[in-house]
Amino acid sequence: MVEDRTFSGRLFSAVNFILLALIALVTVLPFIHVVAGSFTTSAELAANKFVLIPKVWSLEAYKFIFSTNTIFRALGVSIGVTLVGTLFSMFITALMAYGLSRKDLDGRRVFNFLVVFTMLFHGGMIPTFLVVKELGLIDSYAALILPSAISAFNMIILKNFFQNIPEGLEESAKIDGCNDFGILFKIVLPLSLPAIATISLFYAVTYWNTYMSAILYLDNSAKWPIQVLLRQIVVLASGMDHSATLDGTVPPPDQTIKMAVIVVATLPILMVYPFLQKHFAKGAMLGSMKG
Amino acid sequence: MQEVTAPPRVVPEPMPKKYKSSSELKKRLWRNKLLYVMLIPGVLYFIIFKYLPMYGLIISFQDYKPYQGITGSEWVGMKHFSRLFTEPDFLNILANTLILFGMNILIYFPIPIILALMLNELRGTFFKRFFQTLVYLPHFMSWVIVVSISFVMVTMDGGIINELLAYFGFAKINFLLSPGWFRPMYILQVIWREAGWGTIIYLASIAAIDPGLYEASRMDGAGRLRQVWHITLPAIRGVIITLFILKIGSVLDLGFEHVYLLLNSMNREVAEIIDTYVYTAGLRQGQFSYSTAIGFFKSIVGLIMVMTVNKVSKKIGEEGVY
Repeated sequence: MVEDRTFSGRLFSAVNFILLALIALVTVLPFIHVVAGSFTTSAELAANKFVLIPKVWSLEAYKFIFSTNTIFRALGVSIGVTLVGTLFSMFITALMAYGLSRKDLDGRRVFNFLVVFTMLFHGGMIPTFLVVKELGLIDSYAALILPSAISAFNMIILKNFFQNIPEGLEESAKIDGCNDFGILFKIVLPLSLPAIATISLFYAVTYWNTYMSAILYLDNSAKWPIQVLLRQIVVLASGMDHSATLDGTVPPPDQTIKMAVIVVATLPILMVYPFLQKHFAKGAMLGSMKG
Repeated sequence: MQEVTAPPRVVPEPMPKKYKSSSELKKRLWRNKLLYVMLIPGVLYFIIFKYLPMYGLIISFQDYKPYQGITGSEWVGMKHFSRLFTEPDFLNILANTLILFGMNILIYFPIPIILALMLNELRGTFFKRFFQTLVYLPHFMSWVIVVSISFVMVTMDGGIINELLAYFGFAKINFLLSPGWFRPMYILQVIWREAGWGTIIYLASIAAIDPGLYEASRMDGAGRLRQVWHITLPAIRGVIITLFILKIGSVLDLGFEHVYLLLNSMNREVAEIIDTYVYTAGLRQGQFSYSTAIGFFKSIVGLIMVMTVNKVSKKIGEEGVY
């Protein structure tokens, strides 16, 4: 667009810029406060209130939270579930998306409808819980993965992406003696790397953030992922319901410790974010196309 | 090589119109057999974890006993549904749910649109990218993280907000336990986490607008605000309506996690919504059938809302969602 050099145009730009800068600040300040707070001592945090760059650096809080096994175990569960879950979800999502992307597949309209229908209507929490229980998945890590293994939304994004790959490529591969699995793995998937990356990251973020399945399906606290531990340490301890914290006798953890746990639970997302960022806008736009 | 053998047994069946013979259909099915194999895991997933629970909804017409299962439990007709509308508890949670939904529509919904318009008016790609990166970020944090961050900021013992209030001579506020602060906290967290992300789809449709329109309007002497009002906004009208439909469809579906995390014994009166109630009444108190009936009610209302609003949007000449 051509630059608007009138006074009112410049004023408009300036006001707009300032407002946006404020919005961006409000978005990141809480997080910077938490990160900075986690790297200082409780005394320093209490004295300085709002810390953006700690005057006194300290790893006190991190030493404390890593002095027990609890957080290692929770991190291990989250990392494991994220890795296994993402691979598994991606694999079966890609298979299904490819099958449904092929226009010569009879019955694809029916399958498509059945998938879309699950986005409009669902059985709800209790019937799903009963199915998971009947399958004997309670207290298993599989309960964190299987019940949400495919996101209908992600599947449709991927299917749309596959549909845009020229059919000629597939046909020539077929003439060269490639079967459908070969076409998918040797031709379609390599051509779809941006879509695969986007959706893998969507899945990974979802698995890393797993919380609801854990509180629904895991009774054994030794199997808690990091998000449930985070809630235990921060959310429950911040309310007045101290009886609800670990055993009621322990005083609520220091602010710095809570902040350190928040950072640990967020870190992996912050690390993938730069990679994510490149792709997700495109991915989200693909998703807005019709199935 | 591609196998072209016909299936072993030929059973006569009604012919679909587009095929000349049933054997032609068979041939097609057989030729695509590997594609059907690929669909198996996905189809199994949808059957087991999506359609079996729908079948499980029938326990809302029973007095479900876990040990007797669906086949052995006693049928009680509409008992649980009629309880819904007489139970003061339920009417209260329905009201709470509708209020939060109303806040989502009235307060949250316009924000991503405004934010997208503002981002679009930004000159210079660097800052545009930069601000976008920052405002998208919270979307990737779980509700636990979002709620945790806000809790360490508002807590009574050393939270920055209360420290600031005290510094300026105001009384500290117990945000977490006072029922009056639940709704503002809820909607602020929704805005903080989702507003930036919500701009993506609007920005994408703004990018598709023909720049010539802006040129022309400038010739006619339109200022920046006028251009937003007469060109940008009308151009994204369809997207706004589509997203509005989706939002309306999720009327009773505010998401369990977020509210569950904010809920405590002090704010239950205003904070309990359908989803959290289903969890408490169903899984905590073992009233499986009653809470399934509540969930069923919720799903049906959602479905009816989506279908209705979709129809209305098609009537007024917009595209609709499906």
